[in-house]
Amino acid sequence: MYNYNDFDDAFVRARVAQFSDQVARRLDGSLTEDEFRPLRLMNGLYLQLHAYMLRVAIPYGTLNPRQMRQLAMIADTWDKGYGHFTTRQNIQFNWPKLPEVPAILSALADVEMHAIQTSGNCVRNVTADHFAGAAADEIEDPRPYAELLRQWSTDHPEFQFLPRKFKIAITGSPNDRAVTAAHDIGLRMTRQNGEPGFEVLVGGGLGRTPFIAHKVRDFLPVPDLLPYVEAVLSVYNTLGRRDNKYKARIKITVHETGKAEITRMIEERFLEIRPLFAGHDQDLLNDIRTAFAEPTYRDAPTTSHDAFYKADPIFRAWADTNLAEHRNPQYAIVTVSLKAPGETPGDATSAQMRLIADLAEQYGHSDLRISHEQNVILAHVHKSDLPSVHAALKQAGLACANIGLLSDIIACPGMDYCSLATARAIPVAQELALHFDALKLEHDIGPLKIKISGCINACGHHHVGHIGILGLDRAGVENYQITLGGDATETAAIGDKTGPGFAYTEIVPAIERILLTYLDMREGPQEIFLETYRRVGFAPFKTALYGAEGGRDAA
Amino acid sequence: MSRFTPKVVTANALREGDVVYLTTDDRWSRYHHEAELIEDEAHAQMRLLHAAAQRQVVVGAYLADAKAGPKGPEPTHFREEFRTRGPSNYTHGKQTDLPNV
Ligand code: HEM
Ligand code: SF4
Repeated sequence: MYNYNDFDDAFVRARVAQFSDQVARRLDGSLTEDEFRPLRLMNGLYLQLHAYMLRVAIPYGTLNPRQMRQLAMIADTWDKGYGHFTTRQNIQFNWPKLPEVPAILSALADVEMHAIQTSGNCVRNVTADHFAGAAADEIEDPRPYAELLRQWSTDHPEFQFLPRKFKIAITGSPNDRAVTAAHDIGLRMTRQNGEPGFEVLVGGGLGRTPFIAHKVRDFLPVPDLLPYVEAVLSVYNTLGRRDNKYKARIKITVHETGKAEITRMIEERFLEIRPLFAGHDQDLLNDIRTAFAEPTYRDAPTTSHDAFYKADPIFRAWADTNLAEHRNPQYAIVTVSLKAPGETPGDATSAQMRLIADLAEQYGHSDLRISHEQNVILAHVHKSDLPSVHAALKQAGLACANIGLLSDIIACPGMDYCSLATARAIPVAQELALHFDALKLEHDIGPLKIKISGCINACGHHHVGHIGILGLDRAGVENYQITLGGDATETAAIGDKTGPGFAYTEIVPAIERILLTYLDMREGPQEIFLETYRRVGFAPFKTALYGAEGGRDAA
Repeated sequence: MSRFTPKVVTANALREGDVVYLTTDDRWSRYHHEAELIEDEAHAQMRLLHAAAQRQVVVGAYLADAKAGPKGPEPTHFREEFRTRGPSNYTHGKQTDLPNV
């Protein structure tokens, strides 16, 4: 993986020193909160409901074991022994105290990490496919491009005060696991005449006005990446609605300007900028590429694994759900579930972090990933090591075989932590997972994406869940609105609102009615929920939710 | 004049981030029931100004709806109720840090 050079290290250290001074001046009263707030947000420090929260970037979701152990150390020393991995491949610490934040940032800098640009109206952490560099279906590892974008956008003087936050996601695979269509810029690698490049999507986003991104370029050659992204940002920086926070994202700019016109403006600006990139970026890219060289794979028989797979049903169940195909047929990609029923989606204790770090070191070529689905990935595990990995995970409560199933739920912090929330999200996820675990229906139901947000900002991606749940405050009571048919992949779609919402105590039964209807209507176990929904449409689910009368009496 | 809903002044402590409430005798208490229950709009604005001026002690002071209860003021909205206790997924925050919450 990429290691900081002297410049990166000096930059991050300088920022820690600067922020330490700002904290000291806030504490002694020289800075007011109005003065301090933008400074702390620039360094990822929020004030939430019960405490401060520090959001730390995990660039394109990639971590090494040393970094994971440092996160565990931070959790133990300055927090409550755990961290929360988020849909944006960040980790959030929920309980830091203001005077201690400089020490945390310093500990992060020791392992080449920081919290810069995890908040504010700038280019945020660039997210990537969590199987990058390992997936069998990949055209190319997208992480060198993500790293190039990270270096270019970090402290970029022109783009520190954009009209609003700006999120870029990149996938190297045609099977989009990075939700690129719901980002301000989505990059999908593709090939033209054998040459790699990008399909460029612009103007996707969730939040109060969800949009699936428009494709502005079918093929962008690799050397044009930075000038083109800069052109998009430059057009947005000029046109973006600074007058209205709710219209300030590029999705609204694209919508108001029109796809054809914005595409024309981007291309025009690109022609102006392109000559200014004289090739230094490509030299840099080549340097970065060497940092992402493939691991030295072990060549060994996998027969012991094959025998174990046949013999042990618990291992088999886990292998069937939690492994993905690696480009090296002797290897597998392991997803470690942070979603055991009843647990908080995305939370890992310091002990779990350390165990995962050990496993990565011992069996995983020291390459860890955090997925936007709030799980941890061991990107390269030789198949003969899988039984040992599984046994170790099982001991730590991390061997839940539920990846891609009902209980593998995305949930934002909601009103348990977030000051913007209108309802809780975490307990809804916990209760759904426990309920269907008790019914033993999850494997029968099969692949299903449930995503929950605690307010309209949609940090939990509810719009693109097969079943989305949005927590609202209706007259001082928590109320949950359901959407159906959302899709976060290359066939991205925004879900349809079903109708009136459900009270906290009614949301689990409502989801159960939807799923029983699905089991009843599907053409067979091979037809997943989303396919059935697309085939039969909304009507039977509406009846299941609201009765034949159609919702007059509901909630 | 329309009926005024009683209020408490609440904020987060600058250093720890803890939820705090302004008391009648100008302390910041971690307990909601120790807050001053303000029944008059003009007085509420005065107390809020007083709170906002304490910029080395608290952050983000605001007025939250409350009602009288047997032990003292109680929150009326679920958000404020959560703020008196802490999150529901772990027994973290006030529900373990303070006795009797
Ligand atoms: C202090 C906690 C948080 C605050 C204040 C916050 C704030 C917001 C706001 C205001 C938006 C709407 C942006 C817009 O529509 O312009 C948003 C969107 C979003 N946030 Fe958060 N968020 C928080 C936590 C999180 C967490 C924990 C995650 C990951 C689990 C997350 C990921 C996202 C995503 C994926 C979106 C939607 C995509 C987009 O349109 O930007 N946020 N957030
Ligand atoms: S969706 Fe709302 S409640 Fe959830 S984290 Fe985002 S801002 Fe907070």
